[in-house]
Amino acid sequence: MSVIATPARQSTGGVSARTVNRIVIYGLLALFALFYLMPLFVMLVTSFKTMDEIQNGNMLALPQAPTFEPWLKAWGETCVGLTCAGIKGYFWNSIKMVIPAVLISTLLGALNGYVLTKWRFRGHTLVFGLMLFACFIPFQSVLLPMATILGSLGRFGVTLRNATGLSFGLGNPTVNLVFVHVVYGLGFTTLFFRNYYEAFPTELVKAAQVDGASFFQIFRRIMLPNSMPIFVVTVIYQFTNIWNDFLFASAYAGTGDAMPMTVALNNVVNTSTGVVEYNVNMAAAMIAALPTLLVYVVAGRYFVRGLMAGAVKG
Amino acid sequence: MTTVATQIKLTPEHNARPGASVRSRLQDALPKIVLAPSFAITIVFVYGFILWTVYLSFTNSKTFPSYAITGSRAYQRLWRWTFESDPPSSWYTSITNMGIFGFLYIFICLALGLFLAILLDQKIRGEGVLRPIYLYPMALSFIVTGVAWKWFLDPGLGLEQTLHQWGWTSFHFDWIKNKDFVIYTVVIAGVWQASGFIMAMFLAGLRGIDGEIMKAAQIDGATTFQLYRRIVIPLLRPVFLSAFIVLAHLAIKSYDLVVALTSGGPGGSAWLPSNFMYEYTFKRNEMAVGSASAVIMLMTITAIIVPYLYSELRERPR
Repeated sequence: MSVIATPARQSTGGVSARTVNRIVIYGLLALFALFYLMPLFVMLVTSFKTMDEIQNGNMLALPQAPTFEPWLKAWGETCVGLTCAGIKGYFWNSIKMVIPAVLISTLLGALNGYVLTKWRFRGHTLVFGLMLFACFIPFQSVLLPMATILGSLGRFGVTLRNATGLSFGLGNPTVNLVFVHVVYGLGFTTLFFRNYYEAFPTELVKAAQVDGASFFQIFRRIMLPNSMPIFVVTVIYQFTNIWNDFLFASAYAGTGDAMPMTVALNNVVNTSTGVVEYNVNMAAAMIAALPTLLVYVVAGRYFVRGLMAGAVKG
Repeated sequence: MTTVATQIKLTPEHNARPGASVRSRLQDALPKIVLAPSFAITIVFVYGFILWTVYLSFTNSKTFPSYAITGSRAYQRLWRWTFESDPPSSWYTSITNMGIFGFLYIFICLALGLFLAILLDQKIRGEGVLRPIYLYPMALSFIVTGVAWKWFLDPGLGLEQTLHQWGWTSFHFDWIKNKDFVIYTVVIAGVWQASGFIMAMFLAGLRGIDGEIMKAAQIDGATTFQLYRRIVIPLLRPVFLSAFIVLAHLAIKSYDLVVALTSGGPGGSAWLPSNFMYEYTFKRNEMAVGSASAVIMLMTITAIIVPYLYSELRERPR
C-alpha cells in the first residue's frame, strides 16, 4: 500500500521530484539506523580496546590494537561485589534459572490454552481475564509478600534439611526464581496458546472425541504436533523476558553466589572500588546481551510475533 | 463450548458399562483439573498477594511486616509528600518524573514508530536489513541498555568528549549528571529501546490496510499527506490503542533502566514510583509506605488496563 513510491502512472510529477523524495527517505532511514546501532557499536568497539586507548582515543574509533583481554577478564576475573571470579558463574546461574522456568511455564501455558479453547466451561472468559490481567500488574505490588513467603519456605527448607538431609530445593535462590518466573509468566504463555488454539479447527478435536480419544491423547496427538510455531514464539518470549529480568532477580537473589547475570552485570558496572575498567564493563554487558541477541538474530521473525501477540489481546 | 456438550451426550454410553462411571466423570472433570493449578496459583500469588500488599499498606510495618492495622498513615504521608515540592520529597520527584517520562516516552515512541513505519512502507529496498536494526534493542535487557547509554551520555567519555575531540569544544551535554535533566536521559534510552517495536506494530497495521481504499483516494486527487492524515492514520486507530497500552504499562513498570542508567540519579532525582517502592521497602525500612506506593502504582495500571481488557474480551461473542 505504498503511496509515495507508486506515482508511476501519474508521470507528470517529474523524475527529479521523485528522486529527491527517495533520497530524503533513504537518508532519514539511514540516520535512524545509525541512532539504533550507535550504542551497540560503541559497546562492541570499547570492549576490544585497551584502557589506554579508551582514555586517550575517540569513542567511535575502531580499536587500533584489538585485544580480547577485556572479554577474558570479564568472563573469568572481574569483581562482582567482593568475589573476583568473573561473571561466568552468574552466566550459568541465569542458564540454570531460565531453562526450567521457560519449559515449565510454556508447557503449562499450552495446557491452559488447550482447556480454555477446546474444553470450555462456564466462566472460562473470567478465568482467562483474571490470568491475563496478571500480565500487566506492576510486580512491585506482589514483591513483598513473595519475599516473605520465599523467606519462610527457606526457613522450612533448613528445618527439613536438618531432619532429613534434603531441603528439596526450598530456600535455593535459583529454585525460588524459577518458581517466581513460572508464576508470573503463566499469564503470557496462556495468552499465547489460547489465541493460537482459538484458530485451531474445533471439528478435529470433536472428531477425535467421537473416536474415543481422551483429553490427553487429543492434546498429544492432535494439538502438539500442530503447535510448533507458537511453541517457538512462547519459548523465545519467555527466554528473553526471564533472562532480562532484573527486579525479581535483585529482590530474591540480589547478593551472594546465586545472582543471575543481570544483577551481576549491574554490580560489576556500579562497583566503585579501584579504577573503573570500562572495556571490561562493556565486555560484561556484551556477554549478558549475547544470548538474547543470538536468539533475535536466529529467530527474529518469531521474536517479533511473540511481542505482537503480547500486544494484541483477545 | 460445544465440545463440552458433546462430551455430556456421550456419557450415558460409557455409563452402560459398569465401573466406567467414575472414569468418565473424571474424564469430564479433567480439563478443569488441568487448569486448576494455574488458576489457583494466579489467585493466590497475584490476587492474594495484592490484597496482602494492600493490607500491609494500612499497618505501620517498618523493617519487618507488622500485622496490626494502624490506619491510613502511609497514604497520608504520601499525600503530604505529593505537594512537598521545595525541597522536593522523594515521592514528589518520583511522580513528577513518572509524568514527564510517561508522557514523553509514550508520545515520542508513538510518533517515531509511526514515522519510521510510514517511511519503511514506501517500497524500500533493504527493508529486510533496516527493520531488524530498528527492532533489536527490544531484545536487550534494560540493564545492558542502561550500561550502554550511561557510557554514551557520560560527559567525560561519551558524546561530549567525542565532539570536543572533533573540534566542537563548546558542546556541553551533562544531563546524566544533572538532577533537573537526568530523567530526560531515561526517556532517550527508553525510546531507543521500544520505538523500533512500536514501528513494527504500525508497519503490521499499515500492511493490513486495503490497497483499494488508497488507490481510490489517489484517483480522487488526494495528496500523500492528506492520504495519511485523513485515511491511513484513522484506520490505524486500533494499533494506536494497542501500542499505547503496551507503552503505558512498560512506562509504569520501568525500574531497571533507572537503576542501570543513573543509579537513581543525583540524590534520587531520577526515581520513578517503582524505584521509590523498592528503596522504601527494602532499603529505607519503610515497608508500609513502600506498600502504599505499590498500591498506587497498581491502581494506575488497573485504570488503564481493565477497561481495555474488558472491551477486548467482550468483543468476540462465542
